[in-house]
Amino acid sequence: MLLLENVSKSYVEPDGSPLHILRVPRFEVAASEQMVLVGRSGCGKSTLLHIISGITRADSGSVKVNGLDICRLSEVGRDRFRAKNLGYVFQTFNLLPAFTALENVMLGMTFARGMKDRARAVQLLERVGLAHRQQHKPAAMSVGEQQRVAVARALANRPKLLLADEPTANIDPANQDMIVELIRETCREEEVALVMVTHSKEVADQFERQDRLEEINEVAKAPAS
Amino acid sequence: MNLFTIAWRSVKQRGVASLLTTLSMALGVMLVVTVLAIYGVVAESFRNNSSLGYNMIVGAKGGKLQLTLNTVYYLSQPVENIPYDFYLEFLSADERAAEYTAALAPPADAKDKGRYADYVDFAIPVCLGDYFGRFRVVGTKPEMLELVFDLESKETFEFADGRNFHHHSKEHGYFEAVAGSVVAREMGLKVGDMIAPSHGAADGDVHAQKFCLVGILKNTGTPYDRALFVNMEGFYLMDDHAKPMAEEAEMSSDQSPPGGAQTVDDVAIEDDAPVPAATEEHAPHRPLPVEQREVTALLVRTSNPLVAPGLQNTINEGSQAQAVSPVMEIFKLFEIFVSPIQSVLLAITGLVCLVSGVSILVSIYNSMNDRKHEIAVMRALGASRVTVMTIILLESTLLSLGGGVLGWFIGHGMIALASPAIEDRTGVEMGFFAMAPPINVLELLTESPIINISVSPELLLVPALVLLAILVGIWPAMSAYKTDVARSLGS
Ligand SMILES: Nc1ncnc2c1ncn2[C@@H]1O[C@H](COP(=O)(O)OP(=O)(O)O)[C@@H](O)[C@H]1O
Ligand SMILES: [Mg+2]
Repeated sequence: MLLLENVSKSYVEPDGSPLHILRVPRFEVAASEQMVLVGRSGCGKSTLLHIISGITRADSGSVKVNGLDICRLSEVGRDRFRAKNLGYVFQTFNLLPAFTALENVMLGMTFARGMKDRARAVQLLERVGLAHRQQHKPAAMSVGEQQRVAVARALANRPKLLLADEPTANIDPANQDMIVELIRETCREEEVALVMVTHSKEVADQFERQDRLEEINEVAKAPAS
Repeated sequence: MNLFTIAWRSVKQRGVASLLTTLSMALGVMLVVTVLAIYGVVAESFRNNSSLGYNMIVGAKGGKLQLTLNTVYYLSQPVENIPYDFYLEFLSADERAAEYTAALAPPADAKDKGRYADYVDFAIPVCLGDYFGRFRVVGTKPEMLELVFDLESKETFEFADGRNFHHHSKEHGYFEAVAGSVVAREMGLKVGDMIAPSHGAADGDVHAQKFCLVGILKNTGTPYDRALFVNMEGFYLMDDHAKPMAEEAEMSSDQSPPGGAQTVDDVAIEDDAPVPAATEEHAPHRPLPVEQREVTALLVRTSNPLVAPGLQNTINEGSQAQAVSPVMEIFKLFEIFVSPIQSVLLAITGLVCLVSGVSILVSIYNSMNDRKHEIAVMRALGASRVTVMTIILLESTLLSLGGGVLGWFIGHGMIALASPAIEDRTGVEMGFFAMAPPINVLELLTESPIINISVSPELLLVPALVLLAILVGIWPAMSAYKTDVARSLGS
């Protein structure tokens, strides 16, 4: 379903020298597969997710989602692709403060230019246990609740792949498991593949497949280079 | 949800800042609307009054504009007078002879028709200089109020109450008056009231001579509403209204001796003393002799518009009087005076709008730092660069147009409130939804446009405000466009 081949990414440092972040010969995720990415801070996990989602363009290589190489798409094409095919959950501040929970869920539908399926948005909020908080704005919700809204939003457009970048890092351990469980369950129900980045060993241990980015990423393997 | 809703939400989210920028824009637009309305009223009242019932004004030599302002609008400082004889030159043989019966010494040609008689339909004399309250007193003939005062719409005077004054009536002699609608309302006049004009200025000496109000005109929306019309014959009989005797004596001495049947009873005028009979209700007044009469102006309609320039030249070449075309003078006044003021006011109010535009820029720009992350989230959800840029532009447009609409309503509300007063003074009706009169848009671009696209300048506010919004919104919008999503997501 997701296949990265020979993806590399580097930034140019202020002094002009190249800063290599990623060199990934191969990274694959099957349909409906759930896996977790671990690795020390700064090893390029977020960058990898940005490349998969098309937010950042790889310098070289291919990123195929269901056979479509998003690296060949224009930026607008990647935006549209992202809206339709990917769900994204970030560490914090997922939600737009000016909108209610329900509106935040529907925001993704707006950008996908598809049908605005209010019933589905309501249903997803019910699924994440926030039926009673539809009309609340983010400021009136706990971080955990906000993350649950973010999960609902990430699934709104029936994506094929959900990217979660440390979704539980700001959540107390008691709620952490609940959120991870919620993400995994809903992904299973919706048949969505899941790539989750986490720092927490507890969280990582719940997944059958755990990839260390240092092992996938040749740059991180040899930090001296 | 659409982009518009998203923009509206972030505007609302910024609460006070948005409100303040909206209010400042509202203030600017309100000023623009008010200036346009004032201009509209002025233009409209000028236009209303340029289709007068006459096409020439004859008066003393001097300022043409002043003569026009005096005669058409009853405004400005009073002007000099011209001799009554000059008026008589516009009359037919019969009329002229009749007038000369009230002369101390009729000239030899008194029975001939006037020099200009052939060229004119009518000439109505008016005597200005007296006031009633703040209003001008217009000494004239009854024909004045039989005038078709607006040739375009063929409007004639109608009486709300009473009748026109008569040349001479049994009850009131020469002392009848008719009030314009505003005069009657403001001074609380009703038919039958006795009125004493004051001399020379609004706070001048009050004449002892009283006129009886016999009629009140319906509102015409013209300066006539602000005038008190009195019988010219009575006007002449008031103190200080006869021509000083020095000239008169000179004139009469080389013509025929004063006295006999031709002399007036109340010759007290001659020694500048008050008319003794004035206090008596119906004193046996006799008309003032022609030699002692003067008129301020003649309202002339030429028998044919084509003869007007020739007649005007002939009169202007003489030494006694000048003739002006009121429509031309009004037009010139408008061009020289009113239009530039309007431009300056519009420029100033336009600047106010521009400043409000800058305040929108500041408001949105200030919010951009906090919103980098929000924009990044939207981008991550699949919004394109153009989409987030559009949202920002929509925000500035909302603030600008929102302020504009608010300002429009406040402006028009104020105009509607001021409307009765405006109507009183100018006769121009201004409803709440009355837009500034249309102008040809292309005239703003070229001197002589080929096609005519006439819209109210108020409608131009809409594209102007959108343009301003884009102008001030483009900077923050570009910053939204350029947001580095990957980096902003992390922060
Ligand atoms: N736009 C950028 N310019 C330069 N360096 C960057 C940029 N974005 C990320 N980096 C660098 O790339 C490395 C990987 O970052 P990131 O993917 O966020 O790491 P992780 O998510 O694994 O902690 C970091 O060292 C970071 O400083
Ligand atoms: Mg990271």
